[in-house]
Amino acid sequence: MNADYAGLFQALRPEAYLVIGALVVLIVDMIWARHRPANRHHVALALGLISLLMAGYAAATSGASGAIYDGMFQLDPLSVATRTGVILLAALALALLPDAARLRHPAEFTAILLFATTGFTLMAAANNLLVAFLALELASLSLYVLAGFDKASPESAEAGLKYFLFGGMAAAFLLFGFSLLYGLTGTLRLDLIGQQLAQQGPTPLLIVALVMVLVGFGFKAAAAPFHLWAPDVYQGAPAPAAALIASASKLAGLVLFTRLLWPGLGSAVGTIAHLPVTVGWAPVVALISGASLLLGNIGALAQSNVRRLLAYSAISHAGALLLGVIAAGRTGVGPLFYYAATYGLTTVGAFGVIGALESAGRVQQLTDLAGLHKRSPLLAGCLAVFVLSLAGIPPLAGFFGKFAVFASVLQLGGLAGPAGWLVICAIALSAVALYYYLLILKQALVAAPADNAAPVRVSLSATIALLIAAGLIVALGLWPSAVLELF
Amino acid sequence: MNLPLLSLLIFTPWAGALLLFVLRRGLSAGLARALPVVFSASTLILGSLALGRFDPAVTGMQLSENQPWITALNVHYHLGLDGLSLLLVLLTGVISPLALFASTRSVRNPAIHGALFLLLQGSALGVFLALDFFPWFVFWELSLVPAFFLIKLWGGPGATRAAYQFVIYTIGGSAFLLLGFAALYAAAGTFDFTELAALTHSGALAGKLGGGFWPQAAFLGVLLGLAVKVPLFPFHAWLPPAYAEAPTGTSMFLTGVMSKMGAYGFLRILWPIFPAPLHAAAGPLLWLALGGVVFSAFAAMKQTDLKRMVAYSSINHLSYCLLALFAVAASGPANPAATTAALSGTILQLFNHGLSAAALFFCIGVLESRASGLRRLGDFGGVRRAAPVFAGLCGISLFSSLGLPGLNGFVGEFLIFRGVFGLAPWTAAVATLGLLATALFLLTFWQRVFHGPAAGAGVNFRDLDAGDLIALVPLIALMFALGIFPQLLTGLINPLITAWAATLP
Repeated sequence: MNADYAGLFQALRPEAYLVIGALVVLIVDMIWARHRPANRHHVALALGLISLLMAGYAAATSGASGAIYDGMFQLDPLSVATRTGVILLAALALALLPDAARLRHPAEFTAILLFATTGFTLMAAANNLLVAFLALELASLSLYVLAGFDKASPESAEAGLKYFLFGGMAAAFLLFGFSLLYGLTGTLRLDLIGQQLAQQGPTPLLIVALVMVLVGFGFKAAAAPFHLWAPDVYQGAPAPAAALIASASKLAGLVLFTRLLWPGLGSAVGTIAHLPVTVGWAPVVALISGASLLLGNIGALAQSNVRRLLAYSAISHAGALLLGVIAAGRTGVGPLFYYAATYGLTTVGAFGVIGALESAGRVQQLTDLAGLHKRSPLLAGCLAVFVLSLAGIPPLAGFFGKFAVFASVLQLGGLAGPAGWLVICAIALSAVALYYYLLILKQALVAAPADNAAPVRVSLSATIALLIAAGLIVALGLWPSAVLELF
Repeated sequence: MNLPLLSLLIFTPWAGALLLFVLRRGLSAGLARALPVVFSASTLILGSLALGRFDPAVTGMQLSENQPWITALNVHYHLGLDGLSLLLVLLTGVISPLALFASTRSVRNPAIHGALFLLLQGSALGVFLALDFFPWFVFWELSLVPAFFLIKLWGGPGATRAAYQFVIYTIGGSAFLLLGFAALYAAAGTFDFTELAALTHSGALAGKLGGGFWPQAAFLGVLLGLAVKVPLFPFHAWLPPAYAEAPTGTSMFLTGVMSKMGAYGFLRILWPIFPAPLHAAAGPLLWLALGGVVFSAFAAMKQTDLKRMVAYSSINHLSYCLLALFAVAASGPANPAATTAALSGTILQLFNHGLSAAALFFCIGVLESRASGLRRLGDFGGVRRAAPVFAGLCGISLFSSLGLPGLNGFVGEFLIFRGVFGLAPWTAAVATLGLLATALFLLTFWQRVFHGPAAGAGVNFRDLDAGDLIALVPLIALMFALGIFPQLLTGLINPLITAWAATLP
């Protein structure tokens, strides 16, 4: 094989910055910052953000140079946009780092977050089953640790353990699926797998492999029926970790699996645009999507815990995103990427508000948000933007994302077919969703604060992160072309 | 000079809203009350400019602005104006400053209230002027957010529930509207109302939608979204509480302007883009509209809360518009004279109902504020003796609302009945029951509140002051003017209606 190390290094500069940054954070903390408890948290935050910014700049300017290192990586516009996107989301999540009183080891947290981000960026560019699996595992293992990072809280430990058990199971299925694919085609490269499968045509073994892969995908996207970890993890994990799991991890996972399903398994897609449905992965993804839409939206109605509510809302959004995956290969990845990226921004923002509030006490129940407009108008205003965007109110980005994805699905076959029916179902359920989103806003904007509630002080980094996220949601909602024209 | 007049119309109120929001703490009390009214009145001034440039003889869109917005989806920022839009813009220009002026004197936190109101006003104008579905829908949905907060934060004791009901009903409806348009877009590749109408006209659209049931499905989605907004019976349950709980100024705007958005949607979207499904569904829809006319009038008779009474009468008046529309859609081009009468009547009724219902809500607001929140039918008596000016002006509004000849309400209703009798005589006959009931409850209102011995809150009732007169007299003057010279309005829309009647399916 033709090993082009210079080209590989050039392409992987963002990952290099992230890994070096993680090591520097750890070393500086060990040698210098550990003895200065007052500054420890600021040092870790500053170093982490610098490394993320450098990596983000490198990722954004890397250019779509095509296949790298004998097809191990694929740098197309999608991977450039995704790498930049996950790094931005990780930077926003890191900016929510709680102060020293609530997080005892800020340097470790930052370093692991950077490793997770490395995993995300590799997932975004991977074009090889092994690289994809390794990147996925690097990201997942880091996230398990982050979810259980709050050692003082049993819920956090429970979240870490549950996430780990479910994740390990899903990874096993995924690896089995990958091994079947390799056995069927004799190659690990996604594009070559695609060519091979196009010649072979569908076989029963391929269907088994598909189902295995989709289990892994369903887990990563928190789609029903592989969603069971999501409510507990969202509830127990520290806010920045939950923000990362809900946003960057989802974006990277969706892009990885879209790449796997379309260029890799595109010949086995089947169709759901018209009746009768033909066999392939699209009908399975459509089933998962429909189940997630139903379960997410209806489950969310019953929640009184705001984090669990966000988890169920994440499940329902996963359903809509999966619809986008079905359409992505036919009508372009633009709508899917736009939806996933802006959804990531809103969840980072929502967890950011929760994290910022936690400096003034626990935030679990919806009533813990009561009177937020009195306690901190900034947080209340940002939360309103995020929640309205999740609900899909124009002109925020959430509305346009939903609209673009649904329109792209309808381009498959109009309303006349299972794809069209799913869109009808999704739109009807988004009216249901409005109810529970308004419940959050009602507490935050209308209800009176509790008697002992004090004004909330928000750290500078969190303030900036929230304003950036809210500003991007409004700006991208008004000028979606800025993202859509990347593809 | 080539000003983007229509953009200015929409965005001047929004700029005012932004300014007020930014300066909300720095403004003196007087300025916080005056600035919103000034920005709100910009619509009247810019609308008059548009009226000056408008050529009634041209039936297409005028003063158009068309810029690409989201190229990936072929979305354009397309604004335009025809006689219908112009009338509604002028109506907004008349009602909004008066509504704002009526409420801004007494509300708490006038800067925020004004900002939200201006946001609402700009969104409504956007709905009346946008010609591309995407910006249209953005304005349509965006109008809900300020309306929600205006009802919720400044409304009566049941405001929370009413505001929720209002938003959830409307968004539930618009979800289906969105679906219909997503299907249209997937089939036709454009969101532009005029292009879609042209595609329909050439017969290409139904085929692109997949044939069979699917054009009907898209039609039903759009219909549902619009029907909730108007509202068409039986989708009206959100309206009485929302109107009743909203503060006076918001009620005036909701009934005067926002209720026209749905009817406007019927005329601008459903009619040109879905003529065939509308024709097919017009029979049942006609019965629903008839139900709205009759049931809401009888429901209004049963109300003791004056605001709810006028809210039901609003449903009744708008149902006349739908009745005329559906009658025309059901019968096709059989009777051109009746068709033009019905269509002119619809548009006049939209404008006239805006004036009279806003005036009535203002009068009830006066009653409510003088009686420290009481507004039941039995809470007053003999107000006329203590407050003759108020009684006179409120009486004129009542008679305008019930359609006394010489006042504006008569013209629209007369034309509608003239048209519907020619097209669907039986429904017109049944609809007269609604007229009868309307006369009954409005006269009951008039008799119980203003006549008889002074009782309840009617004792020592304080008459209108200068501020109240400024808010009410322009509306009354317009009622007389348009009642005596309806050609002031019909001149603007006649060529348009003739063109519509000529292109009926």
